[in-house]
Amino acid sequence: MSTTAIPRSARNRFAMSGDVMQMLYRVLALLLLGAVLTALSDVFFTTGNILNVLRQAALLFLMASGLTLVILAAGLDLSIGANVALSGCFAASVIKLTGSPWLGAGVGIGCGAAIGMANGVLVTALRIPSFVATYGMMWILTGVTYYYMGGETIHGFPPGFRQLGSGHLFGIPVPVYVMFVFLAIGVFFAQRTIWGQQIYAIGANPVAARLSGVPVERRLILVYVVSGAVAGLASLIVLARINSAQGDIGEELTLPAIAAVLVGGTSLFGGSGTVGGTLIGALLLTLVLNGMNLLQINSSWQPLATGIIILLAVWIDTRTRRIGE
Amino acid sequence: MTAQALTRARLTRVPGVAVALILLCVVFAAANPGFASPANIANILTQSTILLMLALPMTLIIMTEGLDLSIGAVLTLASIALAMTAISTGSPALGLLAALGVGACFGLANGVLVAVFDIPPFITTLGTLGIAQGLSLVVTDGQSVVGIPRSIELIYSGSLAGIPYPILFAALAYLVTHVLLYRTRFGTYVFALGGNREALKVAGISVRGMLIRVYMFGGLMAGFAALLLTARLNSAHPTAGIGMEFDSIAAIAVGGTSFERGNGWLFGTLLGVVTIGVLRNGLNLMAVPSSTQVACIGALVILALFIDGLRGEA
Repeated sequence: MSTTAIPRSARNRFAMSGDVMQMLYRVLALLLLGAVLTALSDVFFTTGNILNVLRQAALLFLMASGLTLVILAAGLDLSIGANVALSGCFAASVIKLTGSPWLGAGVGIGCGAAIGMANGVLVTALRIPSFVATYGMMWILTGVTYYYMGGETIHGFPPGFRQLGSGHLFGIPVPVYVMFVFLAIGVFFAQRTIWGQQIYAIGANPVAARLSGVPVERRLILVYVVSGAVAGLASLIVLARINSAQGDIGEELTLPAIAAVLVGGTSLFGGSGTVGGTLIGALLLTLVLNGMNLLQINSSWQPLATGIIILLAVWIDTRTRRIGE
Repeated sequence: MTAQALTRARLTRVPGVAVALILLCVVFAAANPGFASPANIANILTQSTILLMLALPMTLIIMTEGLDLSIGAVLTLASIALAMTAISTGSPALGLLAALGVGACFGLANGVLVAVFDIPPFITTLGTLGIAQGLSLVVTDGQSVVGIPRSIELIYSGSLAGIPYPILFAALAYLVTHVLLYRTRFGTYVFALGGNREALKVAGISVRGMLIRVYMFGGLMAGFAALLLTARLNSAHPTAGIGMEFDSIAAIAVGGTSFERGNGWLFGTLLGVVTIGVLRNGLNLMAVPSSTQVACIGALVILALFIDGLRGEA
């Protein structure tokens, strides 16, 4: 017994240090990218731009944090961008109608969660593969949003509500605080709670998880509801930031969020990754997009760059897994 | 499942799509007298041709337990390549060649990423979707490409012995895909790729080579469809094909091809495409905006999958 125990603990230590190394590589890449951008652009390393990067990263991380849980459970949620659009438009019209930001926020987050619930039911009860179900959901939501808005724009929200997106506290944008709160909640939930550990187990091996008594369906619905609710919350930050709501506010948010999760080291095949990694992924991706802006590269290149980053991240993931096996 | 059981399974599924199609037709004909006119029916069929040319290879791709989310974006990029080449050289043939080239490149890229690099199909094609869409925007600067030779427009509006050219093209595409799938070794291997990949390996067939060919087929068909799309719009537009992949996946799902078990049914896809075409046309006549039509298609698909699920358990 003792002879088998020693190598196992040794292996664990190696696995641990492997994870830490992976994280170090990413932080290194982040610093390197920052250094390159500082060298290339005079504007990059200014307080204004760094705060801008942090604010953009905050929104991206928020959406990606919910998505991380879904991908940890070996699912995918392609509907988050469209979810932001619909939840945002509902929230905006409630705020306009009642004048109460709190009620609007409740509706936005509730709408997001309800969409997540619908995704969860499609995936678990109808057994539709998650990428097909949420991809279909994305188009349905887009359709409903355009129908609801009819090309209109809702704008002008109470100043108190706008603080959520464009306000500062001690010189730091409010969304950045939201980001750190969600980082803390996400890390605690995933690493320190039974539900979080069950999500890892489902992602690693759903059959084994079921056999060990994990309520797989309920946990899967939970991750989609969380992902949807977080998208609803993100929509509020978008509203507060741009002070208006249109049918297309979420259109360009899904691909970067997926890229942030994958670049952050969460495996597309489920079961491995961390919410902390997603934060680094979100920062890396924001730096790339911000750098492209500063270097005055046409924003049309952004989906292309994001596409290539996603493919590279998954390719590296597949390779590391193959070496691991 | 034996061949006989498969045929029986397919036959029991015939009513599902057909019933939906007939029901939709009856409802729309009752709601709008213009719906059942011969001119409108010809219109529905002609407008369904582009979708059919995407849905046919997509059926094969889904049968290999794959997916091609990039096919709409590739169609768009191919259409832009076609328009630009035809304008600068004055030759529609060279334009088509350029479109096929774009399609083949993306098909090859998708195939290699899926088969050689082992990247899951939906994420591969999500990535190439971003790339194709980005390229479309960059190349056109977000503007329409106009001023294509008049001969291209005739490909969509012209007809032979009373049958519009697009329908002839689509019929040819259907025939070719049918023969490929049901009458050649390639087709047998496609069935095996979804149902029994191990057997294929044991038989010494290159799974990678087969997968690459299936995705290449998708890219090439998108290239051909670009000819119809460009002719129809008489221009190329960087957002023209966005969402076409959703319509084609929806048509296939409604048509009874399963995402899990890898057994596809080409005629079901044809019926599914016509069903989507009827739905869009009927909603158009009722002045329902295009984005809302998408939501209706989504609802139809969920209904189809729900019924599919009930049948699977029965």
